[in-house]
Amino acid sequence: MALLSAAAHADLYRTVRLIRRFEERAVELVRAGDIVGGIHPCTGQEAVAAGVCAALRADDMITSTHRGHGHVLAKGADPKRVLAELAGRTTGLNRGRGGSMHAADFRLGILGANAIVGANAPITAGAAWAAKRAGDGRVAVSFFGDGAVNQGVLLESLNLAALWRLPVLFVCENNGYATTLTVADAVAGTITGRGEAFGIPSTTVDGMDPVAVLDAARTAVDRARAGGGPSLIECVTYRFDVHHTWEHRARVRYRPDDEIVKGRSRDPLEIQGSRLSDVDRERVDAEVESLVDDAVAFALSSPHPDPEDALDHLYATGLRGRPGDGR
Amino acid sequence: MPWLSYRKALNRALGDELARDPAVFVLGEDVRVAVSNVTAGLLGRFGPERVLDTPLSEQAFTGFATGAALAGMRPVIEFQIPALLFLAFEQIVNQAHKFSLMTGGQTAVPVTYLVPGSGSRAGWAGQHSDHPYALFAHAGVKTVVPATPEDAYGLVVSAIRDDDPVVVFAPAGALDVRVDVDFATLAPVPLGVGRVHREGSDVTVVAIGHLVHDALAVADELAGEASVEVFDPRTVYPFDWDGLAGSVRRTGRLVVVDDANRTCGIAAEVLATAAERFDLSAPPARVTRPDGAVVPFAPALDRAVQPDRDQLATAIRKVLKD
Ligand SMILES: Cc1ncc(C[n+]2csc(CCOP(=O)(O)OP(=O)(O)O)c2C)c(N)n1
Ligand SMILES: [Mg+2]
Repeated sequence: MALLSAAAHADLYRTVRLIRRFEERAVELVRAGDIVGGIHPCTGQEAVAAGVCAALRADDMITSTHRGHGHVLAKGADPKRVLAELAGRTTGLNRGRGGSMHAADFRLGILGANAIVGANAPITAGAAWAAKRAGDGRVAVSFFGDGAVNQGVLLESLNLAALWRLPVLFVCENNGYATTLTVADAVAGTITGRGEAFGIPSTTVDGMDPVAVLDAARTAVDRARAGGGPSLIECVTYRFDVHHTWEHRARVRYRPDDEIVKGRSRDPLEIQGSRLSDVDRERVDAEVESLVDDAVAFALSSPHPDPEDALDHLYATGLRGRPGDGR
Repeated sequence: MPWLSYRKALNRALGDELARDPAVFVLGEDVRVAVSNVTAGLLGRFGPERVLDTPLSEQAFTGFATGAALAGMRPVIEFQIPALLFLAFEQIVNQAHKFSLMTGGQTAVPVTYLVPGSGSRAGWAGQHSDHPYALFAHAGVKTVVPATPEDAYGLVVSAIRDDDPVVVFAPAGALDVRVDVDFATLAPVPLGVGRVHREGSDVTVVAIGHLVHDALAVADELAGEASVEVFDPRTVYPFDWDGLAGSVRRTGRLVVVDDANRTCGIAAEVLATAAERFDLSAPPARVTRPDGAVVPFAPALDRAVQPDRDQLATAIRKVLKD
């Protein structure tokens, strides 16, 4: 494993901590009714976002999933504007038009989280192709869950990326479940085997350890920038909370208690936190706490959009269709 | 003046836009060899990086175009079969079309989806003969169905330059149409603006795509009995309602001929709008494919589900009598 400076360890820890506290506060806001529609919390899986994004340049691109807050924050999105987006406010990243599953910030290379499982894979490949043509050295990362590996479009995209040697990282967050369905019940063969079938270097790493993820991501990013084409990284991880916050009320049971205890026993926050001195850790915790406090205050005090503007931005050209109200 | 075929017009539009804007590129199946003829000569002029042969992966290459567009390119995808749009419906309607609104206007997705040979191709049967433009109109995706070579040129150019996704249906029934035209007069045709091909005072016939030519023939045929105006919307979404309103104000009567299934088709939308907004002196009529038609293989059956000139003439006479 790479030897990192104390500052680099602190940065990784800060990202993990920020995502953790952001998600915990967001869950509270869901319970309070300030976030409508709920969220897919990524608590437990922070190391993947933190490790991968630490290997990226500011101008690199990512696409994400329904469980995407961590990726977006790790890529540098302002927690205030992410939370405002979750709360549907005009100050949100997407001006309240996207919500939890669609956060995008094009100035930061965040081409959008996506609510359709697997749909971001070809988009990432296309963006990577454009970057390759421009010769600007940018790479593009596609985050996806274990559920996506059985989507045809993802397999088609692996083929395209390998065929055209595109600078793409396919990052699979294998948290063992697609909603309630286990990987054992869903995936024939292996996840890395899917990459290997297309000649894509594919590895499995400990997705609870940000440094292990960073190591693998650096190797893959270096290869991509050097023209060596795509890589696939399977990050084995565990989601600490529910698939979606509706479970907090519905209480569906599909994960055995002992599995949950075991899964939670390896916590990325502790794994990375143990690499900092107590003083440093407390300092970062305090910083993050005030960031998140500010984000909540900002989100809740931001204006709601005007219903008159519901179809703003529908067309980039400003086209307006006919109203539906009988006028 | 030189002849311009519809196919050649598509080819010329692609070539001109590739030459004009380095962000434009073409991708699809067998586009380098130009099996459909629409991309003929482009590989030699622009090279393999701008004329991309893709694997048979419609979902991936359609999503790929979205990603390339998000990163600053202007992709044009050629689809070999109209039904391939069903495979890529998710990538067009649920992804490309929704990015602008859902990102709060941060980005645009200027992709053109070109289907040369839409509708019946005589002898290709049910899975190759659909005309699903109303699906895209329903979803709000900009959709054009050019009838003539000069409009095919002008609408493809506008589609490529437009910052939103645009689907271009080039009906199989129009691909062999040729016009005698001065190439210097070829120009972009704005989206959403219809065209009156023939003026008349008794009835407006709205004809879509290749059926414009049938409507003109029927108008000629009926010249002794009635003065028929032929209105070609050219773009089915956004539809030129003002243009049509102007025509119907002159004629007071309306017939729509649309080579697509009846329920929820463009013809249905035109009639609904006429009921809401137009002052008609007789009930309107529409001639379409039957409800839920699957185009059967045998030539006589294939023709039986497509609108024909007799049906149109009958509908016009009926509307004039009422
Ligand atoms: C194509 C598609 N099918 C089904 C769904 C509904 N759905 C949303 S998340 C999810 C599970 C996804 O599992 P996985 O990819 O492993 O990601 P995780 O939720 O574990 O992060 C499902 C089935 C969807 N959004 N998209
Ligand atoms: Mg999963």
